[in-house]
Amino acid sequence: MRKFLRNPKGVIGLVILATVVLVAVFAPLLIPAEAGTKMDMTARLSPPTMKHWLGADQLGRDLLVRMLLGTHTSLLIAVSAVGLSIVVGLPLGMISGYFGGVTDNLAMRLVDTLLAFPALLLALTISAVLGPNLPNTILAIGIAFTPYLARIIRGEALRVSQLPYVEAARAAGTPHGAMLIRHILPSILPAVIVQSTISIAFAILAEAGLSFLGLGTQPPHSSWGLMIQASRDYLDRAPWTALVPGAAVALTVLGLNMFGDTLRDIFDPRAKS
Amino acid sequence: MTRPIVSVENLRVEFMTEDGPVVGVKDVSFEVRPGETVCIVGESGSGKSVTSLSLMRLVEFGGGKITGGRLMFTGTDGKATDLAKADDRMMRRIRGNEIGMIFQEPMTSLNPVFTVGRQLVDGLKLHRGLTDDAAKARALELLRDVRIPEPERRLKQFPHELSGGMRQRVVIAMAMACEPRLLIADEPTTALDVTIQAEILALIQRLSRENDMAVMFITHDMAVVAQMADRVVVMYRGEKVEEGPVDQIFNAPKADYTKALLAAVPRLGEMAGKDAPEPMRVPGAPKIETPAAEVEDRRGERLLEVRGLTTRFPVKGGILRRPVAQVHAVEDVGFTLNKGQTLSLVGESGCGKSTTGRSILRLVEPSAGYVLLDKQDILGMDQRRLRGARRDMQMVFQDPFASLDPYRRLADQVAEPLVNFGLASGSELTDRVATLFDRVELPRRYLRRFPHELSGGQRQRVAIARALAPNPKLIVADEAVSALDVSVQAQVLNLMMELQADLGLSFLFISHDMAVVERVSHHVAVMYLGRIVEIGPRAAVFANPAHEYTRQLMSAVPVADPSVRKQRKDVNFSAIPSPIHPLDYQPPVRAYETVGPDHMVLRD
Repeated sequence: MRKFLRNPKGVIGLVILATVVLVAVFAPLLIPAEAGTKMDMTARLSPPTMKHWLGADQLGRDLLVRMLLGTHTSLLIAVSAVGLSIVVGLPLGMISGYFGGVTDNLAMRLVDTLLAFPALLLALTISAVLGPNLPNTILAIGIAFTPYLARIIRGEALRVSQLPYVEAARAAGTPHGAMLIRHILPSILPAVIVQSTISIAFAILAEAGLSFLGLGTQPPHSSWGLMIQASRDYLDRAPWTALVPGAAVALTVLGLNMFGDTLRDIFDPRAKS
Repeated sequence: MTRPIVSVENLRVEFMTEDGPVVGVKDVSFEVRPGETVCIVGESGSGKSVTSLSLMRLVEFGGGKITGGRLMFTGTDGKATDLAKADDRMMRRIRGNEIGMIFQEPMTSLNPVFTVGRQLVDGLKLHRGLTDDAAKARALELLRDVRIPEPERRLKQFPHELSGGMRQRVVIAMAMACEPRLLIADEPTTALDVTIQAEILALIQRLSRENDMAVMFITHDMAVVAQMADRVVVMYRGEKVEEGPVDQIFNAPKADYTKALLAAVPRLGEMAGKDAPEPMRVPGAPKIETPAAEVEDRRGERLLEVRGLTTRFPVKGGILRRPVAQVHAVEDVGFTLNKGQTLSLVGESGCGKSTTGRSILRLVEPSAGYVLLDKQDILGMDQRRLRGARRDMQMVFQDPFASLDPYRRLADQVAEPLVNFGLASGSELTDRVATLFDRVELPRRYLRRFPHELSGGQRQRVAIARALAPNPKLIVADEAVSALDVSVQAQVLNLMMELQADLGLSFLFISHDMAVVERVSHHVAVMYLGRIVEIGPRAAVFANPAHEYTRQLMSAVPVADPSVRKQRKDVNFSAIPSPIHPLDYQPPVRAYETVGPDHMVLRD
């Protein structure tokens, strides 16, 4: 922990993330839901003014309020979906890479099949079949992201499994389960952390894509993705309608990356304290 | 006295790191005269490579900076220039042209995507302004000069098609292309087998003599120094500790460090007439007595018996990845190892010595044969019983940097076998791990550390402690000291011999180093192409090598004594044939001939 606080990058990342999480938790509690849907027809596509600090959208809804309210949905979906893909992809990839052979072949052919579909199309199909609601959106994105993660983890696990220290541990009589948890997992964790932070950014955008097609967040609820998609027709006249939610996504991803990088450095005992 | 080609005066090199500047080389001065071979010798971190890289001004690419001193170089024009102040254009003219350089790793110093000919021709065209045809002719001449067989064919080949020895010859040919006045050779034979090393050393000597070229030879190996040097510069921690003619350095060293370094070098032949292994002399450390009587008691009690051990790996090919051929890595290997003794497997790379060790532990699955460890049939066991049997046979690996998990504390790693076999837990576990640390002479404060905080020798002690943890009967040491500096190597070898005497351990010692093997073994088996070609008591094998290959190997080993310099014309040992055979290949059954008590030789 002390190590973490001494690293300015980690502290900035943590501050950004903490802010985003606080907003996600408290915005829906503090801002009445009507504020997000209240239309101010005189301020349609208004640039930032005293009344609408960050401008307003095509229906005259306040962008700041909608951005704050959207944090909750966007973050919930992105983090849960990536969490789901880790829960499924991590063991799958690790077992596949470590044991190899038939296990590996079966698991990877399944993964290849899923990879053959574009992630968004896959999420779309799942969401369409299960029906558009929040848990299904999470499930759809989570499943769509799993093969990518499983592939990366399998590659890492394969590489680590062939390192001399794994063979040394095998010679010392280490059983498979202990080997995976004690030796393989710590070595592939850095790759997982980095991949997860990137995945969260893509998950936010994937949610946007689903919402655009009417299969993700349902209006009048707000999410960053929904806002970006809505801004599409007005980019030339009112670019701020895209910039505000876009900046929110970018800032979150930046915070995640800085935080993830620092975490990775701290978990690596080779890094100098 | 002739004017020196290079005179290094008070060289100081610093490296910028996050924690401020670190001095890599401090106040080093020496000279190299025409036609002279100067060896710069030292252990890792001594600054010997940094010194040579500074001369080429290549040290700047590694983040170093020359912060003091002069590097006076006298070129072909007879003018002396200070290379420390030369600009880029000047250095480009000197590099490869006036000073040639050979690096350690012959694979990585050649570009894998261009043919050998192209790489030679490019250099010639650039530095000498030759036309295409003239450059090609010269390239061919150079390859002939370094005695590469079939030079015409080699020109059209890519580096991966050549053997390690041939690649290093190509690298030397490239360095010689512009007839440099000085050749810098940075550990040019360290990655090579001993017979190839002998060839390359002889080649460098001949080229130096014929072209009156000065050689600056950087090495960690005192035996190579004894064979090559006219003068020696000994370095330690960035400083020159001693300089002098080779005889003086070896016979009357002045600096304590030089004395320690020399004492730690095992010399081939110095064990002649002695029956049992002997610890190395490490100055400053108490002399270790081997309780000979105790060892004597256990003699004859058989621990490990290996018969007909054969390991083959499939070579897969085609779209279906079906086996198309087999690598015959280990072929009909048999030996016995007694309790409390050491059997060494010695041979060159690819001879199957490591695979033999790993097959016995079933880290790779042998194709045939049987292995009896203390009357237990290892190869017949199922996975569950095998895991139990691994308690009795542990392994120490070559690379102490790679064989320890970088993410786990040392105490946890040493405790691992104890936990795995349920031998201890709780405070008993902590105590046993601490005792093991004492046993391998590591301070207990290291218990909580991570591998990267230790030096190579210390890490190897941790690896030995881990192997000792479950009280095994057999330890397979696969090149366990090869990656260590020579003074550290001596300490680790002594530790192993001491443990053997105290605990009655048996070692299967796998090594390529004949001098080390001579020092530590009771019995020796020489391997060639997957087979044992000669096996017997150490004294007998070293005194009367009966197989042609054993004799070849012994003659190739450099001896750390300048007075027994081997008269070498060009040496060319026969290349080792491929162990890859078609699937239906049946290796011939070969018999052994007894030439002395327990001393057997494979009949050809």
